[in-house]
Amino acid sequence: MAVPSAAIQPRPSIFSRILSRWSESRNALGFGFMLPAAALLLVFLTYPLGLGVWLGFTDARIGRPGIFIGVENYEYLWSDAVFWLSVFNTLLYTISASILKFALGLWLALILNQNLPFKSFFRAIVLLPWVVPTVLSAIAFWWIYDSQFSILSWALMEMGLIDHRINFLGDPENARASVIAANVWRGIPFVAITLLAGLQTIPQSLYEAATLDGASRWQLFRYVTLPLLTPIIAITMTFSVLFTFTDFQLIYVLTRGGPVNATHLMATLSFQRGISGGQLGEGAAIAVAMIPFLLAAILFSYFGLQRRKWQQGGGD
Amino acid sequence: MAAIETNNRPNTDEGGMGYLQSLPRRVVTVYLPLLIFVIVLLFPFYWMTITAVKPNLEMTDYANFNPFWVVNPTLEHIRYLLFDTAYPGWLLNTIIISTASTFLSLLAAVFAAYAIERLRFSGARQVGLAIFLAYLVPPSILFIPLSVMVFNLGLYDTPFALILTYPTFLIPFCTWLLMGYFRSIPFELEECALIDGASRWQILTKIVLPLSVPGLISAGIFAFTLSWNEFIYALTFIQSSENKTVPVGVLTELVRSDVYEWGALMAGALIGSLPVVVLYSFFVEHYVSSMTGAVKE
Repeated sequence: MAVPSAAIQPRPSIFSRILSRWSESRNALGFGFMLPAAALLLVFLTYPLGLGVWLGFTDARIGRPGIFIGVENYEYLWSDAVFWLSVFNTLLYTISASILKFALGLWLALILNQNLPFKSFFRAIVLLPWVVPTVLSAIAFWWIYDSQFSILSWALMEMGLIDHRINFLGDPENARASVIAANVWRGIPFVAITLLAGLQTIPQSLYEAATLDGASRWQLFRYVTLPLLTPIIAITMTFSVLFTFTDFQLIYVLTRGGPVNATHLMATLSFQRGISGGQLGEGAAIAVAMIPFLLAAILFSYFGLQRRKWQQGGGD
Repeated sequence: MAAIETNNRPNTDEGGMGYLQSLPRRVVTVYLPLLIFVIVLLFPFYWMTITAVKPNLEMTDYANFNPFWVVNPTLEHIRYLLFDTAYPGWLLNTIIISTASTFLSLLAAVFAAYAIERLRFSGARQVGLAIFLAYLVPPSILFIPLSVMVFNLGLYDTPFALILTYPTFLIPFCTWLLMGYFRSIPFELEECALIDGASRWQILTKIVLPLSVPGLISAGIFAFTLSWNEFIYALTFIQSSENKTVPVGVLTELVRSDVYEWGALMAGALIGSLPVVVLYSFFVEHYVSSMTGAVKE
């Protein structure tokens, strides 16, 4: 810190007094410490959030600042069948993928929580799909789902289960199922590993006590594991739902919203209209339309956290 | 802290009541499902690798060659990727952008987390909550306004567009994680240092930071991976081929018209994944603790 030199005594003493008072004040020092993070977040997160809401009320295009047109974008979207289809797709995608991720993730977590040989090795391997860049693993899925050379079709045909190739990404229903499967594949590790961390905090003695009381395996799970795991399930699933709801990469790689918009999510539609189509205002309006859903999820998460504090018997 | 909890189960009841289960039962309920899970979760990587070294002839001829195996492995796709495309440049861009944004975010996050957790200025709790909420704002709703900003600031198609926007999701994450780490450092250490005449700056650099090295590594690794994997900003803000990152470059430049060069695509996906996977394999514990820590705190 500032070390006043002896030669220029009077001015540094005032300066250092101010400095020392400043550094003793928690608020001033806190402000200084918060400054870099706050500045970056305010400029590149809070401001764009507001700008996005404003853009939704304008007819801005790429290369042309828009003028205020009120709720015209939203009126247009309200009567746009493709927009409503994308809302439906997003909800279907989010709900079915989240349920599958939760069920399979919990199952995997319960398996990994057993006393296994090479436990940490398995845990490390299981997390791989989540570590690898989504776009790159999605490209692998694209190849797996190839209409002509799909390895899945080939294997199923060799086994005699089907008699013609599955058109994974060309048929609306198949395409929906395929992108959900790819999303579940990527999401299972996150759910499994976080739930595993939660499982490991449950004391074994509770299970022993319940067993002595004559509890069955299902009762052990239902009355010991599940209640103690609920807080972490709530938070994990909130994150999972948030990331699934706003997913963009997987769809963009696999289908770009096709066939006939059957897999368009709100995020991909927003990109298609806003960036590819150049209608920034309309794209922003679609993005803003996602906010109410996200708020619902965040509120859910907030109350999940509250409940956790209450369960631990702490106020703060 | 999550980091400690994940590994330290009380060793008195190690294995719990596992001994009550017979071996055949364990095979059916544990080992078999685990095997299926591992096969399904790893298959795309296997398929990626095998395709990357498969000659084009074998790749599409399922009648004469078993697709699950490769008869004459070739490095042709990898050679093509590294010498005939802009791939090495994308790799370099991704490394520079990820490193710079991680460093920037970590720096800002250390100060922010220390201020929120230890200086406890008025409103610290509210700021902490705001940081958490900022983490929940997804890039999918920010990319349109950000693209307008990036364009107006003259950052369009430069690495700075990404270096400055990635911290929007990295800072909240790192701050949240580091807050948890700082919380685990005893107050007494700081009080001792204060009595000995240390300034807040000295406390931070000489006491708190050395003690939270594991937390810094966790946050750093995770932030690096997140920025390596980022896609939507990189897709929107970068136009010219030489400025692209690996995920965007592989998808937009290697996929051409109707003929997909699957070998090169898979090689690109494989090599693009390798750095994060190697990093991950060195720091699995840190990685797991930061992932679970972010959820548990």
